[in-house]
Amino acid sequence: MANQLLKEHVLFRHRDIKDIHKIDVYLAHDGYKALERGLKEMTPDDVTNVVKASGLRGRGGAGFPTGVKWSFIPKNLFPKYIVVNADESEPGTFKDREIMESNPHQFIEGVALCAYAVGAETCYIYGRGEFWSLFHGRMQEAIDEAYEKGYLGKNILDTDFSCDMYLHLGAGAYICGEETALLNSLEGLMGQPRSRPPFPAVAGLYAKPTVVNNVETLANVTPIVLHGADWYRQYGTEKSPGTKICSLSGRVNKPGNYEVPLGTPIRYLIEELGGGVIDGKQVKAILPAGASSSNMGADKIDTPMDYESMAAAGGMLGSASFIILDETIDAVWAAEKNVKFFKHESCGKCSPCREGTFWLTSVYRKLREGYGTKKDVELIETIINQMEGNCFCLLGEFVVPGVRTSLELFRHEYEELASEENEAAQPQKDLIHTFF
Amino acid sequence: MGWTEKEQQDLDKILKKYPPDRKLSAVLPALYLAQREKNWLDGDDIEAVANALGIETTHVHSIIGFYTLFRKEPVGKYMMQVCTDLPCALRGAEDFFKRLCERMDLGPHGGTTEDNLFTVEEVVCIAACDKAPCMQINLEFFESLTDEQIDEVVARLRAEAS
Repeated sequence: MANQLLKEHVLFRHRDIKDIHKIDVYLAHDGYKALERGLKEMTPDDVTNVVKASGLRGRGGAGFPTGVKWSFIPKNLFPKYIVVNADESEPGTFKDREIMESNPHQFIEGVALCAYAVGAETCYIYGRGEFWSLFHGRMQEAIDEAYEKGYLGKNILDTDFSCDMYLHLGAGAYICGEETALLNSLEGLMGQPRSRPPFPAVAGLYAKPTVVNNVETLANVTPIVLHGADWYRQYGTEKSPGTKICSLSGRVNKPGNYEVPLGTPIRYLIEELGGGVIDGKQVKAILPAGASSSNMGADKIDTPMDYESMAAAGGMLGSASFIILDETIDAVWAAEKNVKFFKHESCGKCSPCREGTFWLTSVYRKLREGYGTKKDVELIETIINQMEGNCFCLLGEFVVPGVRTSLELFRHEYEELASEENEAAQPQKDLIHTFF
Repeated sequence: MGWTEKEQQDLDKILKKYPPDRKLSAVLPALYLAQREKNWLDGDDIEAVANALGIETTHVHSIIGFYTLFRKEPVGKYMMQVCTDLPCALRGAEDFFKRLCERMDLGPHGGTTEDNLFTVEEVVCIAACDKAPCMQINLEFFESLTDEQIDEVVARLRAEAS
């Protein structure tokens, strides 16, 4: 059983230590000691190995072991790049923003350690365009401070290691959170995904070996290098070690970010940390990974929040963005919201996603505006069946579980919107013009 | 448009971030720079970006079309972008958007005010779901908003503009 109450935050140290975003305060609390230890006492492989031993898994959603990812970088190809995915665009996710706003140095230190581990000298942090003020303010200030104190730049801490770090803003495109689309965007192209292989580890930015990691992932690297893998493994479970920031939103009294050890039950997040559901209502559904996730029914509320348990319960941990629906919420409306989001964000490259999200949006609209038939409900299933497994990248695939589980759990709500009168009476031709 | 001296300095700084043979990487930052003054991009701006990076204007157009934060039509001095995605909508963002439009004498889908000061539009997630209703005004966050706060902000921006 995971220890649910953290004595001290591992990632959100700004909640324990005031003004830790300032480098002097950060330095007074073990700041940049991990980098110093890494550069002076450890080889690059040692750094990769401690991250491997810690069991840290990528926090952007996929949960791939971070140290293993780093070890895929070929040693004899130069230059290499670190690209940080700070695109954070999944509806319901707002954790990386808080890390960068409030504890930026721990993150910057983690990026530098990653660069040292794989032999990269250039790092780009790719943030969503809406992080304009953050990237022109707090984040740039923190990077400037790190340069001034000699933790970035040439010959860091009088070693042979040099590392430059640059901020780069996207401009409003959810697809750029997909790592290969992000790389295309950073190269100045439209942010559409690339086919894999080759994987970014071999041919990433400018076709050079590239590590792409999420902000939260790299913020974990700093304490892992400083305190060691065993220390890190005191939190979480065997297969999902460490702590995780959960973004809690929707119909709860205290929405917000909460850092908990992996394996903490969802109930604890909603009831203890989130102050329960608004007006004491019942939970209707839990979307554990933002708009991309399946709907988990209220009976899954005791599921431990780790990668394996969430998958076994029919959900996924993803980036741990828990959107809570209560009993007053119309399930069809909620599903339509997410479908519309994906239609808006589909990059247009592949037809299953481009057309699938378009048709889903139209059918949902038809149902919700009172013109639906039973055939429309079946049509929704047909569309997601044709999308599943056929989309070029995960964006299109992400649409499927939410719609499928919404239908599974709340089919009666769909059918209530589908009337037989419509079936008999509807002037099909006009409807095509109205809805499609 | 040509770049002003200050803009040229900013552009040079931007270009230093990328390898010398990878100027194309600077297309998004260069577009932000070109859009900064009047909040949208005209033909001259687009040509200036293309020239600065040594690329075709067609490519610049394709980039502007792909990303939502660039605009080729005039908009208000202040872009008010309200998130109405699911997490925000669960906390009243749709009603908030409607009330905002009414307060600004706009139709239910937003638009630009008669004095061309404000453009109000619905956008997708802006990573502030716990502080709904939320919006960005020219990319600055305004969170946990009440109608009264909106009135204050609008009055302040109106005063600033006059």
